[in-house]
Amino acid sequence: MVKEIERAGIPVVHICTVTPISLTVGANRIVPAVAIPHPLGNPALTMAEEKALRRKIILTALKALSTDITEQTVFDVE
Amino acid sequence: MQKIRIVHYINQFFAQIGGEEMAHVPPQWREGPVGPGLALAAAFGQTAEIVGTVICGDSYFNEHTSEALPEILDMIKAAGADLLIAGPAFNAGRYGVACGTVAKAAQDELGIKAITGMYVENPGADMFAQDVYIISTRNSAAGMRDAVKKLAPLAQKLVSGEPIGASSEEGYLPRGIRVNLFEKDRGAKRAVEMLVRKLRGQDFTTEYPMPDFDRVAPQPAVKNISRAKVALVTSGGIVPFGNPDRIESSNASRYGRYDLENIMDLTEGKWATAHGGYDPSYANRDADRVLPVDVMREMEIEGKIGSLFRYTYSTVGNGTAVKSSKAFADEFVKELIKENVQAVILTST
Amino acid sequence: MRLELGFIPIHDVQFADTSRVEDGVLYVNAEDIKALVLKDEHISSVEVELARPGESVRITPVKDVVEPRVKVDGPGGMFPGTVSRVKTVGQGRTHVLKGAAVVTTGKIVGFQEGIIDMSGAGAQYTPFSKTQNVVLILRPQDGLSAHEHEVAVRLAGLKAAMYLGELARELVPETIETYETLPLLEGLKQHGDLPRVGYVQMLQSQGLLHDTYVYGVDAKKILPTILYPTEVMDGAIISGNCVSACDKNPTYVHQNNPIVHELYARHGKDFNFCAMIITNENVYLADKVRSSDWTAKLCEFLGLEGVIVSEEGFGNPDTDLMMNSRKISEKGIKAVLLTDEYAGRDGSSQSLADAHVSADAVVSAGNANQVITLPGMDRVIGSEAYVGIIAGGWDKNKMEDGTIMVEIQAITGATSEVGFGYLSAR
Repeated sequence: MVKEIERAGIPVVHICTVTPISLTVGANRIVPAVAIPHPLGNPALTMAEEKALRRKIILTALKALSTDITEQTVFDVE
Repeated sequence: MQKIRIVHYINQFFAQIGGEEMAHVPPQWREGPVGPGLALAAAFGQTAEIVGTVICGDSYFNEHTSEALPEILDMIKAAGADLLIAGPAFNAGRYGVACGTVAKAAQDELGIKAITGMYVENPGADMFAQDVYIISTRNSAAGMRDAVKKLAPLAQKLVSGEPIGASSEEGYLPRGIRVNLFEKDRGAKRAVEMLVRKLRGQDFTTEYPMPDFDRVAPQPAVKNISRAKVALVTSGGIVPFGNPDRIESSNASRYGRYDLENIMDLTEGKWATAHGGYDPSYANRDADRVLPVDVMREMEIEGKIGSLFRYTYSTVGNGTAVKSSKAFADEFVKELIKENVQAVILTST
Repeated sequence: MRLELGFIPIHDVQFADTSRVEDGVLYVNAEDIKALVLKDEHISSVEVELARPGESVRITPVKDVVEPRVKVDGPGGMFPGTVSRVKTVGQGRTHVLKGAAVVTTGKIVGFQEGIIDMSGAGAQYTPFSKTQNVVLILRPQDGLSAHEHEVAVRLAGLKAAMYLGELARELVPETIETYETLPLLEGLKQHGDLPRVGYVQMLQSQGLLHDTYVYGVDAKKILPTILYPTEVMDGAIISGNCVSACDKNPTYVHQNNPIVHELYARHGKDFNFCAMIITNENVYLADKVRSSDWTAKLCEFLGLEGVIVSEEGFGNPDTDLMMNSRKISEKGIKAVLLTDEYAGRDGSSQSLADAHVSADAVVSAGNANQVITLPGMDRVIGSEAYVGIIAGGWDKNKMEDGTIMVEIQAITGATSEVGFGYLSAR
């Protein structure tokens, strides 16, 4: 889906756990997620900590969307 | 049963008109089989009849395709053919392209069955393998007998509408369509045999050649994300509780479009996942872990994005055919463009 | 390590007052099995039914299949660390009721459970249409979580198989096969001139309900490690998963791992089968990286020249498979991969989620998305209520005439990625 969206002219960021698949398939802006059953959460944390983690991932995704790139790029969450 | 009416297409060389020096001859019609057609006719026995042969020089065909092709199709049509056999062309490049072109046109424009044969490296094979059944042949006419042996039975199946087996069973070049078959040996035994051959440096054939993935150039960055309308899309299968669109847990045939208006947070009991490929308990307890609506609302309020697009699109990316998910995206991206969405966040599990 | 398997062929199964084996017939006292299973307070009820090859019978939703075996000589017992006390197994003698199987069904545990048809079009896709099946229909206590439910059903199947296996203890096997793997250095001495090969088995470990257990340890918590291949024949690895039925390995398939058997068949002739390595398929990227690193490292450390790598499941484990392929190949070791495909119902889509150029020798166990129409059956063991929601099914896939349309994904063992079956694709 990610390529079709990009091809249609809309920049897209792919948040996913298995970044190698995303790279193979051809996403351009990639942000690593936490784990497959909970990409944007972590049940081991408190709700507040979990939300802070989710915010960090989303902020990284927004940064990725605002960054010009020439090749496939993985934006690590800081 | 009525005999299958076959028209055979061959070039000047196989018609014994001449070699390269006669490659300029235009299309001509001969009644009955000619050259390799005799072997073909023998292979079909009483089930089919080669009613005529179209002969055309390879240079003529390739240099005057727009004139040659309609003329050839008229001859095939006039003969009332059920089936067109072209070649086999072995490793002759221009002949291969001619065979593929004529066979495809016979299928598409005359609506009859068509089949040809080529060596795998013939340029025509690459061009037409997905459109036309091409029997895999050796690289020279020395492979004629072998080619005919595979060609006749497959041609008969094509005409009678019998199911066609996998490429390795029927002897045609892979068409990019995966077909199941039962092998003589179980998979484990085949794997051990393949390993032994690989270790010894002997030839082996992989049962699944690695694909080439296409690439899309990255879009330029969003100029001002704090003003942008951003959409959320997921392959994590987040749906309203109860899965109203009945999205399948695996190999989904559809996607859902869900209204997020006035929804600040995806809560347990109202949203859940339909995905069958991972432990659903985490997403069912808090679907924001897959589709982060709660944080996107915060971003909207804080002015870090312009707005969150009203609708989200969700499907199950679990054993779902790449083709299906491509089709889903092709469809919903139209709405995204119409609604001026400037960026998409796609989450996957 | 040397293990003798003594095979007692079973060609029929019948209910009787006393459980026993006579003249190749397995007689089953259902009450004994019920009493055994009901000792687990998580199970509220159990029914026992029999299903034989050729009968108009459908078993669904199938959770696991287990082969009745008993350890008659050598350390440890069947399913060590799970049912028997933990102890390294794989040597001595084990008796097998060959041709018999325990199948567990009942209320569905997870989305992804299977169908076994004993006759009709579906039968050729599952190896368990050819076994004499003792089927347990298990009902959990109300309010049990899915995870507790899974444990209860898993243990019930294993215990019933052990109970039946026990009947073989005093029997004289019709045939005995011996399998032996020497410690690495001794093996090198004996087969010094033969190429050294290994088997890398990837175990499904994507999370609760998608798990495999090794000596009782949840496979997602293991680091890649080495087994003597005979260990699996005594139940060292068991299935705890509800992943798509076509390509998960039921416990039966672990016990009879076909790659292990096919490697033994040519061991000492075409190569020296040195060791088996097990690794996992976790949901964290760091785990994938670590496990594939370690797998390649162990292959190198053992001095292997060639390996077979088998996947379990599909989707993100395709990445584990490609990471293993790449890293093993980078060590200069030749690899053959065994997987199945999800190429769409028409076969025209991308088969695997990931790819790598090193994967130049792949054995395919077929396209799991192929659609098949299964005839209505006279008897359904379990319930057809779930055929629309199991992986490979879809809403309203049951027709008015009783036929069911499914992808072969829903059929237990249809596209076995350890190559238990004959299906392939081109």
